[in-house]
Amino acid sequence: MTARLEITLGPLLFNWAPERVVAFYERIARETDIDRVYLGEVVCGKREPLLGPALAEAADHLQRAGKTVVWSSLALPATPRDRASTRRLAAYPDLMEANDLSVLQDRPPGAAFVAGPLLNVYNEAAAAELMSRGCTRLCANVELPLRALSHIHAGCPELELEIFAFGRLPLALSGRCYHARAHGLHRDNCQFVCDRDLDGMDVQTLEGQPFLAVNGVQTLSHGVHLACPDIALLQAAGVTALRLSPHSADMVRIARTFRAYADGELEPAQVEAEIESAGIPGPLINGYLHGRPGRDWAG
Amino acid sequence: MLRAAILAGADSVYCGLRDETNARNFPGLNFSEAELIEAVDWARTRGAKVLVAINTFARAGVLEPWRRSVDAAVAARAHAIIAADLGVLAYARSAHPNVRLHLSVQAAAGSPEAAAFYVQTYGVKRVVLPRVLSLQEITAFNAANSVETEAFVFGGLCVMAEARCALSSYAAGRSPNLSGVCSPPEAVTFERTSEGLTPRLAGYALDRLGSDEPAGYPTLCKGRFQVAGEASYLFEDPTSLNAMGLLQALRTAGVTAVKIEGRQRGKAYVARVAGAFRAAIDALDRGEDLAKYQNLLSDLAEGGRETAGAYRKAWR
Repeated sequence: MTARLEITLGPLLFNWAPERVVAFYERIARETDIDRVYLGEVVCGKREPLLGPALAEAADHLQRAGKTVVWSSLALPATPRDRASTRRLAAYPDLMEANDLSVLQDRPPGAAFVAGPLLNVYNEAAAAELMSRGCTRLCANVELPLRALSHIHAGCPELELEIFAFGRLPLALSGRCYHARAHGLHRDNCQFVCDRDLDGMDVQTLEGQPFLAVNGVQTLSHGVHLACPDIALLQAAGVTALRLSPHSADMVRIARTFRAYADGELEPAQVEAEIESAGIPGPLINGYLHGRPGRDWAG
Repeated sequence: MLRAAILAGADSVYCGLRDETNARNFPGLNFSEAELIEAVDWARTRGAKVLVAINTFARAGVLEPWRRSVDAAVAARAHAIIAADLGVLAYARSAHPNVRLHLSVQAAAGSPEAAAFYVQTYGVKRVVLPRVLSLQEITAFNAANSVETEAFVFGGLCVMAEARCALSSYAAGRSPNLSGVCSPPEAVTFERTSEGLTPRLAGYALDRLGSDEPAGYPTLCKGRFQVAGEASYLFEDPTSLNAMGLLQALRTAGVTAVKIEGRQRGKAYVARVAGAFRAAIDALDRGEDLAKYQNLLSDLAEGGRETAGAYRKAWR
């Protein structure tokens, strides 16, 4: 018998108001049977002090509801403050998610960690290297097609494999804040303008074609990635968990849809229809899963 | 090209094998295994070094080409291998324990802790610094580790953290990490209408240029986009990096080597840029002022515009 496919909630990528954050996770705790929730500021270290107390409160709600909470590290620690908070998280022996390899330098020997999707793990040899350092789960880089996951699974059968199953794709990180730049500001004096866009700031071409979304130093896809192929394909690739990335859409409904899909109660076409009507910020895409440009919808 | 750079005064030249194992996988570039042997031998007679870039991420299920490139670089007696993928680094370390390893900018080791991990785990001797670091951060980086560091000083300006960017594969299916190309030429088209010239990547308009505006290669992040109806170069202006004016500051920050980008460039370009930096560094060694070198290369910049990029903190 195959193990139950887990549903997880990835770290919140956007700069939501603390009260919104608390209310969001309260609902997730109370109304979903998501198994595991990743918390923590991944995108911009400047947001951390603002969000910290809200996330701590969220962790409390989630844990009391029986959910596993895993703290995620910053993806691009650079300033002394970023580095200090990354080192603190790394040194903590509980399971955590590494989004930058600097974490490994301060990880206690043998302490388990999840390799996040923002790490460059593209093959079974790299995955094996991380396993030798304590990695127990890999959330695959979004560029990887299902067939690459099969190879990683074949090379590292003990490694739990999570995929980015729902949300705008995290595509790029920079030292420069594009939210600030678009508002005529610099990162050092950004006034936290990224809080104005709950799902990122829409970026169009000069011809008005929707293309990308900016979230501070991060660039995301305009399209909303949805991974719900025939369940047998996921099982063949060794996928053990599906990650949903928080958006302002009805995440409770989306989580329930994925649970039903993972339990074999909904067909892919039904999942697509449900997700499309849940208030998502762009059209559905899934090209990467099928080895095509990420922006494609392969059907 | 390699010879032109060395004759113009380059101490070391990076090159790659003619396949997807290096991040400069453009048609007509790069070396066969036989050419690599010849190049290394020739460089040695001139007292220069050849460093082989094997800096893309190996494709799952197909690790062999990357291992073969490592073996070929070692067999050619290259002075160092530059790599980013954990699997490639691990292979080089175990199969060739004495090979000198440099950490590619594609590893995006942007903090002293990240560098220390690669130094301790794989014996990396030099780290190529990401182009998103400021001088202040480079100083802190070098204060924390004794590993050599190398900084880009001239050429393209990657505004995203290297190897943490999938914009190109999102639009066009190929990206630096997996295919060694950004904004791949086969997906680029130019459309000329009465309104001007529109460069496109996989159909997406990246800009619209009037007849008086210079058209460089349309790299996605140097395009003009709209946010809330306002058009701007949202990510980066179509400029290129020129840190000639920061050579002294980079040296003070502890940088060991400076890197000039020479991909898809002619011999004359490479010779001129390498020669200019050689002359400037020699002048620096003699304690001279660099003022007269500052504008030596300005005419080579993309669109005639240049920037010191993230080295100056205000870039952010």
